[in-house]
Amino acid sequence: MSSLNTYRGGPDEGGHFGLFGGRFVAETLMPLILEVESAYTAAKADPAFQDEIDYFAKHYVGRPSPLYHAERLSEHLDGAKIYFKRDELNHTGAHKINNCMGQILLARRMGKKRIIAETGAGQHGVATATVCARFNLPCVVYMGVEDIERQKPNVFRMKLLGAEVVPVTSGSRTLKDAMNEALRDWVANVEDTFYIIGTAAGPHPYPAMVRDFQCVIGNEVREQIAEAEGRGPDSLVACIGGGSNAIGLFHPFLDDKDVRIYGVEAAGLGLDTDQHAASLTGGRPGVLHGNRTYLLQNDDGQIQEAHSISAGLDYPGIGPEHSWLKESGRVDYVSATDAEALVAFQLCSRLEGILPALEPAHALAFVTKLAPSLPKDHLLVMNLCGRGDKDVFAVAEALGTEI
Amino acid sequence: MSSKSRLEQRFAELKAQGRGGLVTFITAGDPCFEASLDLVRGLPGAGVDVIELGMPFSDPMADGPAIQASSLRALGAGMTLAKTLDLVRRFRERDSATPIVLMGYYNPIYSYGVEAFLADAKGAGVDGLIVVDLPPEEDAELCLPALKADIHWIRLATPTTGDRRLPAVLANTGGFLYYVSIMGITGTRAVQADAVRVAVERLKRHTELPVAVGFGIKTPEQAADIARVADAAVVGSAIVERIKDGLDAEGRPRPGMVSDVLDFVGSLATGVRAARD
Repeated sequence: MSSLNTYRGGPDEGGHFGLFGGRFVAETLMPLILEVESAYTAAKADPAFQDEIDYFAKHYVGRPSPLYHAERLSEHLDGAKIYFKRDELNHTGAHKINNCMGQILLARRMGKKRIIAETGAGQHGVATATVCARFNLPCVVYMGVEDIERQKPNVFRMKLLGAEVVPVTSGSRTLKDAMNEALRDWVANVEDTFYIIGTAAGPHPYPAMVRDFQCVIGNEVREQIAEAEGRGPDSLVACIGGGSNAIGLFHPFLDDKDVRIYGVEAAGLGLDTDQHAASLTGGRPGVLHGNRTYLLQNDDGQIQEAHSISAGLDYPGIGPEHSWLKESGRVDYVSATDAEALVAFQLCSRLEGILPALEPAHALAFVTKLAPSLPKDHLLVMNLCGRGDKDVFAVAEALGTEI
Repeated sequence: MSSKSRLEQRFAELKAQGRGGLVTFITAGDPCFEASLDLVRGLPGAGVDVIELGMPFSDPMADGPAIQASSLRALGAGMTLAKTLDLVRRFRERDSATPIVLMGYYNPIYSYGVEAFLADAKGAGVDGLIVVDLPPEEDAELCLPALKADIHWIRLATPTTGDRRLPAVLANTGGFLYYVSIMGITGTRAVQADAVRVAVERLKRHTELPVAVGFGIKTPEQAADIARVADAAVVGSAIVERIKDGLDAEGRPRPGMVSDVLDFVGSLATGVRAARD
């Protein structure tokens, strides 16, 4: 490992994590991006802002989420002692709401009157629609028509919560196009609108801000495992699409040099095919959606489609801090295929009585490979960042079962 | 720049003639390389003063439906950044006076390699660059290298660019300043000439650069209105729509597509030229 004093110092003033990050946006948005940055800097320094976040985290989101010893899974794999960080027990069923709560409280401080968001699987859309209902702000969610078809229950949830779901028919009609369309909306409505980006990506300050809101995950793990085991974890595992749940777990531990950290990308049908979503393993650095990061792209720099059975990992980019953590060597980035995630999904359901979302099922697939080689006193924490109820139709289809 | 660049020369001529200019946008390679080359070659004869050529990109965040679709048509027909530069080179074989500005997004250029791109663009006869997702905060990426390569860097100023931010936008900008006349993406809202007049007057207090105004200009009348209050009017989506209208069900150009589009461009040019009479 290199001799950096800290891995937690980024980003710099321009929003860079080494080569990655930055502010690659149209001039129309620049004044607003700068306004978000200064408002967030001021909010961070204001104890009342953190108090407000803490209040809603406790009473509305349901934090802290438990750190659970997955005893039967640990026995089954016959190696490391496995803990689940149960962020699937949050209100709305995933870690997404940690970020949405932080951002909507910031939007309120800034006096914004309208919220927009993009969504792929619909989890971020549901979380955004939820906080918008709670704080009585109109909410517009952009969603690719392909994803609307795949995620009908979440579309209906958003509508029940009072959000307007706008079908995106441009480009490939999935998450990246929904993000393009949200950016177009923002350009046209900069005065009154706040864009709640769903992952730790986008122009500065979003990657750092979303990370900060998600760091509650890792901070709780540190306290909870000390209480349970009297010491810190030996390894951490999380799935990576844009990477917000992972950075939230990893970031507080980046300077704990003995903690091994693994990010698990979606390998789709396999890394040797063109049907995967592993930006770090199968992509190269490029610029999209406001930041420089690893992207799936062709030789001409045109962005390529991602594929994963998990709609939440189905994005051709990744948060810029992960790109930097890869290049610095601090985090190991690995991958799991659709098929491996499906096996892990079923294993977790039967052994632990927990239906995991397909996203953390990828993390679990890697855990099933890693854990058997580790000693019994090795403490492994995996972020179970979402519940699997939303995925039962996709899983049934993949298993060839009619429901 | 040492001697006058093609862009500086062209705006000096317009000033001497006492008229506003016409800048037109089409996407390179839309609907295919050959038809696109025919279109570009025909633009000066139709009365275009500056050619803005789009570099197709899969994810054009600042563009409306018309230009998004044109980008996808071009990519679908196999267009690449290398072919865009080739198209400029072919145009320059026959026209050494009309300035060409490339407009697009950073990733294809970054992927091509900044130094290689600038050398090839200069060699092909490119006069300026507009790269939508590179604000002044990212000048080290491409703007400063472009200036070193003797290529103008043309920045967008928008209704959100206040007096405090304007100096940053104007720094390193050359050839002309592109004022985005609406809040939003290309080809959506209609331009308001009165608001543009006020905006251009404000910009002129800060810069001696020519100011071209675009986003939302669709008709010869609107182009004329803008040419009265600005140094040039930029028309894009309306032309790109004409290209689309000239395609058959398979997306191939119908006979007469190129001349139909150039006729429309000619009507824009007539409007602009008559504006200050």
